Amino acid sequence: MQKHHLLLGLVMGLIASTATAQQLDGTLKKIKDSNTITLGIRESSFPLSYLDATQKPIGYHIDICNAVVDAVKSRLQLPKLETKTQAVTSQNRIPLIVNGTIDMECGSTTNNAARQLQVAFAPTTYVTNVLMAVKKSSGIKSLDQLSGKPVATTTGTTSVQLIRSHEKGKNIDFKEVYGKDHADSFLMLETDRAVAFVMDDNLLMGLIANSKTPQDYAIVGEPLSVEPIAIMLRKDDPQFKGLVHATIANMMKTGQLTKLYAKWFNSPIPPKGVNLSVPMSEQLKAAIINPNDNPAENYKK
Amino acid sequence: MFNNFDFSVILPSLPYIWEGLMFSFRLTVTAMLGGIIIGTLLALARLSGGKTLGFAAKTYVDLMRSVPLLMMILWFFLLAPFFIKITPETSALITFTLFQAAFYSEIMRAGIQSIPRGQINASFAIGMTYWQTMGYVILPQAFRNMIPVLLTQTFILFQDTSLVYAIGATDLLKAADNTGKLYGRTVEMLIFVSLIYFVICFSLSMFVKYMNKRIAIIR
Amino acid sequence: MALNYKWNWGVFFETIPSGDVTYLTWILHGLGWTVAISLCAWVIALALGSIIGTLRTVPHRGIALIGHAWVEFFRNVPILLQLFIWFFVVPELLPRDLSMWVKQDMPAKEFITAVLALGLFTSARVAEQVRAGIQSLSRGQRSAGLALGFTQAQTYRYVLLPMAFRIIIPPLTSEFMNAFKNSGVAYAVGVWELVFVSRQMVEETGGQVIESLIVPTVLYIICSYAANLLMSVIERRSHVPGFIVAK
Repeated sequence: MQKHHLLLGLVMGLIASTATAQQLDGTLKKIKDSNTITLGIRESSFPLSYLDATQKPIGYHIDICNAVVDAVKSRLQLPKLETKTQAVTSQNRIPLIVNGTIDMECGSTTNNAARQLQVAFAPTTYVTNVLMAVKKSSGIKSLDQLSGKPVATTTGTTSVQLIRSHEKGKNIDFKEVYGKDHADSFLMLETDRAVAFVMDDNLLMGLIANSKTPQDYAIVGEPLSVEPIAIMLRKDDPQFKGLVHATIANMMKTGQLTKLYAKWFNSPIPPKGVNLSVPMSEQLKAAIINPNDNPAENYKK
Repeated sequence: MFNNFDFSVILPSLPYIWEGLMFSFRLTVTAMLGGIIIGTLLALARLSGGKTLGFAAKTYVDLMRSVPLLMMILWFFLLAPFFIKITPETSALITFTLFQAAFYSEIMRAGIQSIPRGQINASFAIGMTYWQTMGYVILPQAFRNMIPVLLTQTFILFQDTSLVYAIGATDLLKAADNTGKLYGRTVEMLIFVSLIYFVICFSLSMFVKYMNKRIAIIR
Repeated sequence: MALNYKWNWGVFFETIPSGDVTYLTWILHGLGWTVAISLCAWVIALALGSIIGTLRTVPHRGIALIGHAWVEFFRNVPILLQLFIWFFVVPELLPRDLSMWVKQDMPAKEFITAVLALGLFTSARVAEQVRAGIQSLSRGQRSAGLALGFTQAQTYRYVLLPMAFRIIIPPLTSEFMNAFKNSGVAYAVGVWELVFVSRQMVEETGGQVIESLIVPTVLYIICSYAANLLMSVIERRSHVPGFIVAK
């Protein structure tokens, strides 16, 4: 018994001493040593992270990441820190975080419990609803009208699974068709290969805004799922995570984040200068009042 | 859908498509030169008669030929950072060279084997070593015989450069695809880029045909 | 940088979310489609490729030109783009009713499109090999056939083709392996083959990315290695003494 207490004391002492020493470790040390920070970006995750007409990454999450980079610069006293970007896909984003190629993923990744086994997340900065885009002329308003009809979604996304669960729950049968990326899935809707395209609402809005005839499409339906989207970080790296968390929480407190939201969701944005006009959801408002990295599982009713 | 075809998106995106095309070319040329050199060495190793060396070369070639290039590109990029610091471009250059070496090695092996055995015996008879025989007698002829096949493999390689999308490098196809997505004009951009591929590969193929006539060794 | 990754090989025996099968069943199912696409595409490629390749060698300018045009048309654009054109562009050129049927009601439309695209793409390459095989035979063989009173067709059937095919087994093996590996593009039109399953598994397991990628890679390697071994047995059995031809 006594022995155990001794051991416990020793361990506690060790933890305390490392905490007070404030040596750099993990990602911050890596950034300091290499004088570079690498951001993972997506090429067409509208309007969170995408490439503009000059192939430069822009978006709501890119702006947030740049604020974090500024915080890193002042924390490490490295005003000339070099910022690199690396395009990632939904296949390689987790391995690239784990193997150290990128230090932060500024894309549109859902924070869920399974992913938290491998990576960590910054506080939730966007909450997406999985809805569907249809042609207005079809008169479709709800998923239940789609029995026996072709429904499009993108391979390698949660929507594939959500549609499957919905079919099972309601005992209906869609004819699913799958695009290799969101542009292809939208093309399926456009060319009548599908009558509806099920996906995250922000992505659908972006695709419609940039399409040839935006007035022909509508986003309808009851949300299949509500998911917190966040910037992804390496796991077990309390120093860096702490800095990211503090920076974003501060942006939330000072209203800076709300401004960024307005910039990307309620004003004209590149490339076509379309205004998405999406009011902030109640879930996001709650996440801004109380910054947190709760996984998607907590959002299920 | 085709009644409002709009090719006007192509013009502003030309600089990026050009950049992408240049990357595709750089990748093709590097992998071709590196691949032919390593491939020739592999072929020589296989034909040298050395048991271990031959077996090692054969295993390498067979393994490379069995892995889909896409997977190879992805795995190398995911695993390399544990050993070296690497950019997607360098990673693609290395992967393509190592991968293509296996294919070029098969071509060179066939080329070497197509030279009559008598020539080897003749070279040995006049006192040349194995490497001298290969360097001065066999390889120059084998290479010449195989130029059309080597070039054919090269334009397969050129088309395969589009697979670098898996590691976030931007080649011809990716550059076109990105701009197409940005303006909601994927169809136009992809038809345009198909034409570019066609024109380049077709010209190369005509060139191969011409070379074939010019340099064939007549027996 | 330490590898901070939580392995879980047991994931393959877990049930997929909202389903009653395991990931392993899913993967095997995907492998089945991969094999089906490759084999069907290969049948098309071999049949068309043999015909086109033969046509390119007949002593008739017009016919040879058609063969040449076919080859150039199908081999000069990457397979992913060809598949895109077959899937998204070609149906738009059909009459409206037929177009809607192809897009919505045609059974197994994704599978058929993928097989067609891959088959035609590969047929151009097979045709080149067949042509090379026929042309590698000495001119005397054709002359001998004709001198024996065979027609042009009979000369091909009984003299040239049996020789040519035996000679080109090694390069044909390579082409089959290529077709097998290229079948992965079928995910782009939504066929549930290995690449598709692998991508979906990455998403649905949430974190087990590496496992979801390794297993399909290994399955690809095993299958193409096996095909290679099988073909080298056939190659040895059918070897023509005294002939070596380029791959």
